[in-house]
Amino acid sequence: MSKVISGPAYVVQNNIDTDQIIPAQYLTLVPTIPEEYEKLGSYALIGLPESLYPIRYVEEGQTKTKYPIVIAARNFGCGSSREHAPIAMGAAGCQVVVAESYARIYFRNCIATGELYPYEATVALSDKVKTGDHVEVDFDKDEIRTPAGTFKLKPLGEVKPVIDAGGIFDFARQSGLIPAQEK
Amino acid sequence: MTLTEKVLARAAGKKYVQPGDNIWVNADVLLTHDVCGPGTIGVFKREFGKTAKVWDKNKIVIIPDHYIFTADSLSNRNVDILRDFVREQGLPYFYDVIDDPNGHWIFDKSKGQLAKQYGSHFAGVCHTAIAAKGHTRPGEILFGTDSHTCMAGAFNQFATGIGNTDAGFIMGTGKLLIKVPETMRFYLEGALPKGVMGKDIILHIIGEIGFDGATYRAMQYEGPGAYNLPMDDRMTVTNMAIEAGGKNGIFPYDEKCAAYVNERTKLNGTKSDYQPVELDQDQKFIYDKVIDLSKLEPTVAQHPDPGNRALAKTLDKVKLDRAYIGSCTGGKTSDFLAFAQIVKGHTVKIDTFGVPATPEVVFDLKNTQWDGKSVWDHLVGAGVTMTENASCAACLGGPVDTFGRMNKPMSCISATNRNFPGRMGHKESRVYLASPYTVAASALTGHITDPREYLS
Repeated sequence: MSKVISGPAYVVQNNIDTDQIIPAQYLTLVPTIPEEYEKLGSYALIGLPESLYPIRYVEEGQTKTKYPIVIAARNFGCGSSREHAPIAMGAAGCQVVVAESYARIYFRNCIATGELYPYEATVALSDKVKTGDHVEVDFDKDEIRTPAGTFKLKPLGEVKPVIDAGGIFDFARQSGLIPAQEK
Repeated sequence: MTLTEKVLARAAGKKYVQPGDNIWVNADVLLTHDVCGPGTIGVFKREFGKTAKVWDKNKIVIIPDHYIFTADSLSNRNVDILRDFVREQGLPYFYDVIDDPNGHWIFDKSKGQLAKQYGSHFAGVCHTAIAAKGHTRPGEILFGTDSHTCMAGAFNQFATGIGNTDAGFIMGTGKLLIKVPETMRFYLEGALPKGVMGKDIILHIIGEIGFDGATYRAMQYEGPGAYNLPMDDRMTVTNMAIEAGGKNGIFPYDEKCAAYVNERTKLNGTKSDYQPVELDQDQKFIYDKVIDLSKLEPTVAQHPDPGNRALAKTLDKVKLDRAYIGSCTGGKTSDFLAFAQIVKGHTVKIDTFGVPATPEVVFDLKNTQWDGKSVWDHLVGAGVTMTENASCAACLGGPVDTFGRMNKPMSCISATNRNFPGRMGHKESRVYLASPYTVAASALTGHITDPREYLS
């Protein structure tokens, strides 16, 4: 994978819970069924109240987002254990989230599925960056470059190779924790 | 070690673990439902092969409960996916909506939302049902594909929510790699005063530590106040650990816990032997707080998060459009009895919906007589719209035809567990979380009301 992910950022604030990432009414879609996976992507972050987030993450009628990078404040992904949350974002084309902190299960689900990288910011980026700003996330330097400056990110550490591999199953096979798959 | 550390050490085959250790543990029970079960099964088949068998068929419990009483065809299909898998694998613990193991579930819209549409195996909301059906045991590890799985910590076990991929991994191997959490202790003293319930304890605590105050941590309850609480209140308290970001909540083992577990395992013929974990002298906590239960008052979590705490008596200016009682957190028999105590003989002023957590709660309410009339009839008589279709219903919004769902912006006071924007339906609606007492009193007045004035 590339060492730098760049593009326009989508910025959200504190406590974006899983109902805002993927509202419960869309959980009827089963992520392991390919066409339903795509459909989940079209609903990513659709639960954000329009009064606070007038710009949609995925435009109506689209399945992919223009924003490969999501910047958030505290407690991103709180609420339910639904794996549909990182999956919907990943299916929409999100590659990395940079948040001040994460809810535990969301963070874990990012790693388990390998859908996207959950970086932790060291400053309140959601106050400094606006939706649409061009940003670059540098995986070698563990930093994010934004119009408001360059900021350090907490290293992903042991999480990164698991997501690089494509999730826990692929990682577990590559590292011999579980036997190779019989097809 | 703390209670959580002791359960995890045992499940990892180790004498000692400490916070931060990454350990492989053996699961005792894996729980899934209609929303995450099909995806979990999909992961299991994709990764272990189409003909793979689950690691232990007696350790998987499948309880459809989320989107059942809806005409949404994908929701009905998802229950069928569960049934097909259960048949293929020969799983004994599947609490199906219908009785025919070869049938298809189709919700009949023409019969309406109120009258019962399930067969004799259906168990209702998974977190309430898993305990009632004898699958929660002290000292064990329960993983579930639902964040409120932590409710089972009331039974002195480690219970936590996981995603489909982790659940698929467990389905094939029986194991999961987890990090040992730090433990926060809440030392409860005294007893709850009149009009104050388990719900008020946990809303008070989340307000105290914040909506992410327990992230990655275990929440352990001790002290004479903890032993005073009946099991239902303990379940409400542990249920909402996740609303503070907690990994799990846990209570010590005592005779109340034993009585519940022994009765329920016997009733359903499930595994009845277990080994509780006892309190050690040398526990280390990252946080330690004494809470005097006798000083608590009816408490509310205001829109838009469960940590936005205020006392009910200070919120009488908050007007409401709707009241709701139900869910794993607030839909138990004891919750409805508390609610009924307040509304009995009065009439609700706003639309009020009641969804029992399980068919057993429906039975209890119909067979408990007060003044020659069933509690169910008292509730209906007070103007509460009661459904017999026990399920998660509008607690998490669900498909648009879900009973009690808010399909336009409005304010609702609810006995449920979560109130982030959009949780109960419309994303511009506002949800206030409170105890069944407070929800009942507020339903009678149309604004947030301290219930103590109704309890003479």
